Amino acid sequence: MRVRIANARLLDPASGRDEQGSLDVVDGRIASVGNADAADGVPDQVIEANGLWLAPGLVDLHTHLREPGQEYKEDIETGTRAAAAGGYTLVCCMANTDPVNDSPAVTEYIQRRARESASVRVRVIAAATQGLRGEIMSEMAGLAGAGAVAFSDDGSVIMDAAVMRRVLEYARGIGRPVIAHCEDLNLRGSGVVHEGAHASCCGLPSSPGEAETVMVARDLELARLTGAHLHVAHVSAARSVELIRDAKAAGVRVTAEVTPHHLLLTDEAIRGYDTNKKMAPPLRTARDREALRAGLADGTLDCIATDHAPHAHYEKDVEFTAAPFGVVGLETALAAGLELVREDLLSPLALIDRMSTRPARAFGMGGGTLEVGAPADLVLIDPERAFKVEPTGLESRSKNSAFLGRELRGRALRTWVGGRLAFALDEELS
Amino acid sequence: MRHLLGIESMSRDEIERVLETSEAMLEISQREIKRVPTLRGRTVINVFLESSTRTRVSFEIAAKRLSADAINVTRAGSSLSKAETLADMARNLAAMSADVLVVRDSVAGVPHMLAERVRVPVVNAGDGCHEHPTQALLDAFTLRQSLGSLEGRVIAIVGDISHSRVARSDIYCFTKLGAEVRVAAPPTMMPAGIEALGVKPCFSMQEALPGADVVVMLRIQQERLAGALFPSVREYAGTFGLNARTLALAKPDAIVLHPGPINRGVEIASDIADAEPSRILDQVTNGVAVRMAVLYLLTGGAS
Repeated sequence: MRVRIANARLLDPASGRDEQGSLDVVDGRIASVGNADAADGVPDQVIEANGLWLAPGLVDLHTHLREPGQEYKEDIETGTRAAAAGGYTLVCCMANTDPVNDSPAVTEYIQRRARESASVRVRVIAAATQGLRGEIMSEMAGLAGAGAVAFSDDGSVIMDAAVMRRVLEYARGIGRPVIAHCEDLNLRGSGVVHEGAHASCCGLPSSPGEAETVMVARDLELARLTGAHLHVAHVSAARSVELIRDAKAAGVRVTAEVTPHHLLLTDEAIRGYDTNKKMAPPLRTARDREALRAGLADGTLDCIATDHAPHAHYEKDVEFTAAPFGVVGLETALAAGLELVREDLLSPLALIDRMSTRPARAFGMGGGTLEVGAPADLVLIDPERAFKVEPTGLESRSKNSAFLGRELRGRALRTWVGGRLAFALDEELS
Repeated sequence: MRHLLGIESMSRDEIERVLETSEAMLEISQREIKRVPTLRGRTVINVFLESSTRTRVSFEIAAKRLSADAINVTRAGSSLSKAETLADMARNLAAMSADVLVVRDSVAGVPHMLAERVRVPVVNAGDGCHEHPTQALLDAFTLRQSLGSLEGRVIAIVGDISHSRVARSDIYCFTKLGAEVRVAAPPTMMPAGIEALGVKPCFSMQEALPGADVVVMLRIQQERLAGALFPSVREYAGTFGLNARTLALAKPDAIVLHPGPINRGVEIASDIADAEPSRILDQVTNGVAVRMAVLYLLTGGAS
């Protein structure tokens, strides 16, 4: 069976291709790309793309799928359905499940549940330390053997520098990156928002960008010491971008991600005490946001990652300080990224690079390419398709989006995983 | 005015209106029979989830002088101790046909949040480190009794500005009424970006008080010691305490306010608190009148 997606704008950062053409899929793999000719065979089915964008499926390095243990927020089925609807074909799920993913048994369980119920590919991030306690490292070799692609304690920050050093050293031996949520929990204290005029007016406890930057600096130094691959999660402060830029120039093995909400919003958004603007790290100033955008554009920040963090409505419907940190993001990330394209910060090709090719490479995973022979993990994008972000329109079980009520532009119309249709927005492509 | 959530969102006209209405309410409090039937049949629920004596009693008296039924809810013994969420509790109180919810909470933004979820007017009676609008209104009312107008007056607010809802509301209120406001604190108690509120941050009494018509002293919470914001009570009293020596830095006839409860010998010397320049008890008296005015205006009393 040969399926041809015809007359698409093919965007393939891996090869630099950005041209009108068609792409053939045979047996779940890309069989030809570019201008199909007779040698490519006669297609059994033709999907007319009418100039829509066809790109490798998006890859998210930072997703909380909440299974096992918190299925009332999200599970692998709903979370990956949200991923497919957002144009993602691969997500990496964080280890702070219940029980914590710090053992091969949990890693294997998640992968089994993914085989049973997931719409897209799921890769597993395992805990760096046992129980996320920041004390004793997890069985990283066993976890890697079971399929873990990276290690992280995420928001349970490893505050002890000696432990972090050993984790990095050990992970280096196993050939896996360590993902660091860089926040000094002492400096953050009770802070729930960024320290500045908006926090001062709101009277909310706050912490400065330095709560992040001192840890970015520490972890970059430890990455330099150990030679390990450090991946800095959700960079939020301007100064962090500078530190990472300098470290990269000095040859430190570091990659970094930034979230859609930090790219689009600032701390001004907290003024209404909307708990869907509460996340860690917090939204920061316009100056920070500009630095993040510039860092993403020049490649200092390798990729956009969602930090998709579902929470039930009733958990967020409480006092601002009592609400859990985090927002969902899988279904709005592409549109958020396209805002940067419309503002000429990124070319369409660069956007796909930051949302697919680079994240796939950062963790040494397949995907992120339209190369012949690669699995047909594809997304068909209408960059102009407008939609209003509303709870009813989201596939995720939780609706805690920072963009609720906002008009966004740009959506996935089709998502294929290994040639199989994982998501379709409209019956017919117009 | 649908709610009174903070001074920040009020116009100068709205502030003036509350202050003018308070004049009439003060007169009621001075009668032998201190009660008018204005809000008869109305129900005011005082939801005080953080401990308070002065403000809670003041709101309760205000409601009763207007003949409203006043109900008090505190955290201990409320459904919140049964893990009901605050939003649900407020919906339940509103469902009992409350006419006003007066809300005090230790978390900033709670009155705001409840106002979005119930159809009842909400009065912020102090929310965390955010605002305490009726305190600012009664402060302005008290100052106008002595000074006539705040236009061009210099007002120094001294204390833990970072954690003070009174400071924020006073800053908004006094600047909207035309005063020049300075705030004084050690840097550990000065909020980031405070200049954005149109005030001058000062780091000593010597910098803040010269030329001041008014000195507002804030209560220093000794439990902040745990947060290591200042080294000792003695050092605080010696550097930012108001006494005869530091008060002499201000104008000779300067007025002293304090939202209470006072820490004698800490932020304010006992003799200053009790002496002529202090208007601390006038503030308390006026507080009832201002809260009567707020309840009256929010329940459509003006229409």
